[in-house]
Parts: sequence; C-alpha cells; structure tokens
Amino acid sequence: MIRKCSLTKLNDFFAAIAGDKTLYIPASDGAGGAVYKKWDSNTQYLDVLNTVKSPKDFFFPHTEDLMEFKVKGKNIELLDIRQESEDFVVFGVRPCDVKSFDILDRVFLSEPVDSYYASRREHGIIISLACSKPSETCFCTTFDIDPTEPEGDISAWKTDDALYLRANTEKGEALMALVEHLTEECDDAPVVAQKQNVKKILDKLPLAGLKLDVFGKGKTEELFDDPAWDTLSEACLGCGTCTFVCPTCQCYDIKDFDTGNGVIRYRCWDSCMFSEFTKMAHGNPRLTQKERFRQRFMHKLVYYPDNNDGLFSCVGCGRCLAKCPVSMNIAKVMKKLGGEK
Amino acid sequence: MQVNKYRPLIVAFCCNWCSYAGADLAGNNRLNYPADVKIIRVPCSCRVNPSFVLRAFQRGADGVIICGCHPGDCHYTSGNYYTRRRMALLFSMLDYLGIERERTRLEWVSAAEGAKFAATMNDFAEQVAALGENKRLEDLRCKR
Amino acid sequence: MQKINRDVLIDRAISLLNSGQVSSVLGWRQGEFFYDVTPAVFTDENDIRENFVWNDFCGANFSKYLVSKTKASDGKILVFLKPCDTYSFNQLLTEHRFDREKVYVIGIPCEGMVDTGKLKAQVGDGLVSAQSTEEGLLVTTLYSDEPVNVDIKSVLAERCINCKSKKHVAYDELLGDEGQIEDSDRFDEVARIEAMSPDERFAFWQGELSRCIRCNACRDVCPACTCEKCVFDNPVSGVENKAPVNSFEEKMFHIIRAFHVAGRCTDCGECSRVCPQNIPLHLLNRKFIKDINGFYGEYQAGECVGSRAPLVDYNLEDLEASDVFEGRDTQ
Repeated sequence: MIRKCSLTKLNDFFAAIAGDKTLYIPASDGAGGAVYKKWDSNTQYLDVLNTVKSPKDFFFPHTEDLMEFKVKGKNIELLDIRQESEDFVVFGVRPCDVKSFDILDRVFLSEPVDSYYASRREHGIIISLACSKPSETCFCTTFDIDPTEPEGDISAWKTDDALYLRANTEKGEALMALVEHLTEECDDAPVVAQKQNVKKILDKLPLAGLKLDVFGKGKTEELFDDPAWDTLSEACLGCGTCTFVCPTCQCYDIKDFDTGNGVIRYRCWDSCMFSEFTKMAHGNPRLTQKERFRQRFMHKLVYYPDNNDGLFSCVGCGRCLAKCPVSMNIAKVMKKLGGEK
Repeated sequence: MQVNKYRPLIVAFCCNWCSYAGADLAGNNRLNYPADVKIIRVPCSCRVNPSFVLRAFQRGADGVIICGCHPGDCHYTSGNYYTRRRMALLFSMLDYLGIERERTRLEWVSAAEGAKFAATMNDFAEQVAALGENKRLEDLRCKR
Repeated sequence: MQKINRDVLIDRAISLLNSGQVSSVLGWRQGEFFYDVTPAVFTDENDIRENFVWNDFCGANFSKYLVSKTKASDGKILVFLKPCDTYSFNQLLTEHRFDREKVYVIGIPCEGMVDTGKLKAQVGDGLVSAQSTEEGLLVTTLYSDEPVNVDIKSVLAERCINCKSKKHVAYDELLGDEGQIEDSDRFDEVARIEAMSPDERFAFWQGELSRCIRCNACRDVCPACTCEKCVFDNPVSGVENKAPVNSFEEKMFHIIRAFHVAGRCTDCGECSRVCPQNIPLHLLNRKFIKDINGFYGEYQAGECVGSRAPLVDYNLEDLEASDVFEGRDTQ
C-alpha cells in the first residue's frame, strides 16, 4: 500500500519524524557536494543522486572510540566508553547504498558479531529513495539492483510534486504512523510512470552492458596473475579515496591514542591501498601498489563472493568513478579483465 | 594572592647553548618567572620541528615559545637563522588559520641574559593568560 | 580547446618510439567517458593511436610519475608536459629525484583544463559526450535533448583561471610556443582570507578542513611529496594517523603537509584538483608562497634547476618572527 505526502509538506514530514527520533537527510556540504546532516528546521533537503561519502558511516563510523584505559597507581582501569545508540532515521538512501548495508551485515553480523555495529544497525531506520535521474557513472543494475525499487524500512519515490511512501518492515510501519496525518492513501500510477521513465534511461547508461562473467566464486587462480594488473595499477597513487567513498569497503584498523593520562582505543577506517595496510611483525607481504590495487578489486569481485554465496561486494554506486584522482576504477578493471578493452 | 586564577601552561623550547643556560642563570640569580613555563631543552632552536609546536598545543599547552641564541651566535653557526624563517612562516600560517598569534613567540636569549629570560617568560605568560585557554588547537582527547 | 591537436602529439610519440629514441611514452589514456582520463605508459603504436588523448580534461601532472617510472625503465621515457608541469619537473630535478638523461620532454601549450565538478554543476548530471569548439564545449547529457553550449571560462579549474605561467621552463622539444609568464590573481583569495577577522578565519578553515576524510590523495598526488616514507605513514613518528579523529588531527595534517612542501611547492594545484571533498588546499600552499615572496623576496619553485629553496636558505637580515604581523591588524 502506498501513501503520498505532498512536497509542500516535506518540511512538516521531516519535523514529524525529527520530533520523535534523530533524523538525517542529504544536505549541501557547502562545497558542491552533499552530506548527511542532522535535521533541524534550518536544514535544507538537497535533491542529489548521492552523497560524497556513503551512508555506511551511520553503522560503521569513520572513527569510533571503543574503550579507554586509565592508569591509577599500579592498576589499569578499563572503561567502557561506548555511546548508547538511540533510534535514528536516515532519509534518502539510494537503492545501491541500501544494498551495501546487506554486504556490510555479512561481515559485521556474522560470528563473532560486532556489537558496536549491531547496536547501530538495530537502532537505524532507513527511508530509501528510488532514483529518478541516474548518472553516467551508475552501474547498479550490473549487480541486480533495481534503482526504481529500493529496499529499506520504507521505500520512497519522489516525483515533481509528491513523495510516495511504502513501509516494508515493522520499523517502517511504526514510522509511517508518525507521519500519518501528513500522508494520504493513493494510487501508485505516478510511481509506475516514473519507474518506466527511469528504465528507459537505464538502458542508455554508458555502463549498462558491464559484464561479470569472469568474476565471482572460485576465480582467484584465473585472475590473480593476469598481466593486466600491471597496466591497470600503473597510475594508482595509493591514496584512499576509492575506499573511503565506497559504501562497501569495510576494512578498519584498531589503534591506541595516548592521551597523557590514559589510553583511548579506537578504530578507524583503513584502506588496502595504503602502503602500511598489511604491515605486520614479520614485514609487509604487499610491497608494491600493484599488489594493493589487485587486492581491492579481487576482494570485491572474487574473494567476497567466495565467502558469501557469490554475492559481489560492489553496488555500482559510481562514487569511485567520480572521485578517483587518476580516474582508474572498478568499471575499467571489470572491462579490462573481462576482455572488453 | 588570588585563588583559582587561571594559569596557562607554557611550553618553552630552549636551545642548549644559550637560552637554557639563560634560564639557569635566571634561576641562580633568584629571578622569578612562572612555574607554568615548562622548559624542553633542545640541542639548537633549529631542532624544533613545526610539528613539535603543534604537538605541544595538542598536549595542552596554551602558549609555545622558542628560545635560541642571538643571530650570529649560534653554536652551530647558522641554526637559528633557519629557525627564524621556519617559525616566521609557521606563526603566520597559524594566524591564517585563525589561531591566536599571541600564543606563539620566538625570542633570542643568550646565556648571559638571565634577566631577559625571566622578563620574557613573565611577559609571555601574562600575554597567554589574557587569552585564556587554548581552544582552537586543542585535542579534546587529551583533556579527558 | 587546446591549441595543439591530439594527432600532432601522437605522430611525435610514434616517430620517437619507432626510431628507438624513447622506449615508452607517458601520456593520457582515454577512459569510459570523455572526462575520465588516466595517466598511462604507452609502448605500442596501435595502443597510442587508439587510446592516447589530449583534450581539455588532461589535468594530471606527470612529473611525479617520472620518479618511479624512470627507475622501472631502462630506456628513455617520452613525457608530455604542460607549462605548469614543467615547474614540478624542474623542482624534482633540483631535488635529484630522477635521472634527467632518462627523460625526453615535449612541452605542449595548455589553454587550461576543465573542472568536471564545475561542468556537472552547470549542465547537470549524466554527462555523455563533449565536443571542443572554439569558445568552449558542446556537451550532451542523458537528460538534455539538445547539446548544451558551455563557455570554457566558466568551467575551467581554479588553478587554470589563475594560471601563473604558460611558459615552459624545461623541455627537449616544444610543440607550439614557449609561452609567457602570466599576470595572475592567484593570491587574491589568500589576501581575502587574511583580511578576515581571526574568528572568521578560524570558522572558514574549520568548515573546510572538517570535510577532510584523510584519504591522503593531496599528499599522494603532490609532486613535491616524494619522501620514500611519509611521516604520516610512520607509526613511530607520533603523528601517524589514518583518520581525522578530531579537529586537531585535521589541522595538524594539513598544516604539516603544506609546511613540508613550503618553498618547494610550485603551485601546480594538483592537491585541490584531486580532493574528493573539494577542500581548497592550494590556499594553504599559496599562503606559504605569498609569505615567502613577501618576507624573503620573490621566489618561484621550479623556475630553474638548482635554485635554493627559501627554507633551506637564510639571510642575516631576515625579518624577525615577531615582525611577521607588522602592518597587519592585531586582534
């Protein structure tokens, strides 16, 4: 069942949700990009395709304090400093990003369960938003994601004059109750029309024909020594842009910070593109950028599927295509290894 | 004496050959300067990397002063000339980022200038105290 | 539109390659779209004919690649350098970062490079194709029925709008003119920030730097950053960190990054080009350049090989650190 909310009431809609739970919506970052901001009455919703950083931050934050040690006399006291999660709502998550949560879940919610992640996942409520204007960098359909039919607790479609909403889960139903007075039952014809329009665009996307044939479970031996890795990686700077804008990259480092009167143990995102990523006591097994570069793409296209029933660890959001300083990215890797170019 | 008066933490990088000896002389002559000045001895003022200054602020300093031999008197001939350029640029950059320029200073103090050392520290401590706590270049983790 | 046609570059590259004068060519490789050009090493004639590009999107500065590519190659490498790239080239030579004998430089004139972000902001998302015309670009998108005419000036990268020099300061061969040093307004923005109150300056930089995600792209692309091991990657340095944990870390990284290249930065603008968060990093570097020019006399890093960088030099009469703010408002 679909309900609609007129766009003239969009701010009331946000206010009604924010009155009960913390709400985050895409807003301008002041530099031409978008970022999820906590909603207050001054926050202007920004209608963009995607935020610069993905919403994985909500569940797997860029940095997070895990615990603290204090030294008192000859004792070390261990403090649990985790912040209790409260219910929060993220509005406007695109279908690709919604799918990325599933990919992260398989990592963080499999045994041993990451309780920090699990707690935030339980408290998070996702209002997804179907895509109406895909970009040339989009290729989510390659990974069987339908950008017109987003998952999430509530699915939303935005047309020129209204927001159409459909609850998919109990959490979603509960949230819909909060905005019942602002919405009305309606016919899904405008949504169907939008879907048809977008499907036409999808066929025209430059990356529409991207193929996955040569990737997936059990392809390690065929791909690992492919000579193409040399040329693909030759321009790579070894920065972490692709990993840090990626919605599915999930590597982190755990570090200690000496505060002068104790130690804070925190975790922060790490990147397999960094030279020190694999450094251990015995040395570093990945000495060149080629090896680090190969790791990133093999992980997404072969190793992760190996461990997760063939599911790829890429959702085709296109962020790395837009942001890589040398414009080398997963689409080019897929084409080259797939023998297309 | 005022109770609970705000007392700034000052880090003073002093070169081994001139300024540290100047501090010694100030002590020997029983000249007063604030106990809030923590001296870090360095072989030469030129040893002070800009990141030392930033790290001092991170660790809770409210002001950072670098003291070296007078130009021309460097034990290593020219170290303090490099210091002068380096700190001029660093201080200007910190100011550019909106960090109070009164929190940083570079001063030449010779081994014979015990009085100048004490006067400089008194003056600098007063100047920093007037600004209050360093909020713009602090690391909140170090205040827990 | 660039003055020299792609075909001219290709012909030169192929003739040098076939004559054996060079063994490889550092150039721009065509991507999936018209704008996502990747730096690449070409060794094959057909590959060059098919994939070598030279257009308004070839922003990447190849100078830094020479450090690793000359080490990996026995033969000579042909490299195409735009005027601003030649400054980085000289600076790296000054620092003995690669063997000049292993490089053959062809200088190519540059009319400025397009900032794809600005282009998208103007014509919208879904860029499909662009055709260079005399005045600009004819751009088609997924959502426009007709090609949109874009004035090139309105989408040029900031560093190109404020181009400091169209003069080639290093080359073995030139295609087109040697070029002139330009009158640029590149320090205007720095002066505007200097004129703000300390509170405004603090708020401005807090806002900009808080977007930093510590991807290190600014460092990794910088032709002046060629340390074998960066202090920020060294766990025992005490400043190593992989994330902007708090606002101090953000400032620490950006001040030290800019300081490490102070006096050696040629103002090529690559740091700001690659920043995924659009932080105007060049404004930090330019502040140092402006100060150096003001305090110690005009100095342009990379203008000639062998010049002494201001921070490894001194004058007996240099101004005192306390006089830095003379003539500027106090707070």
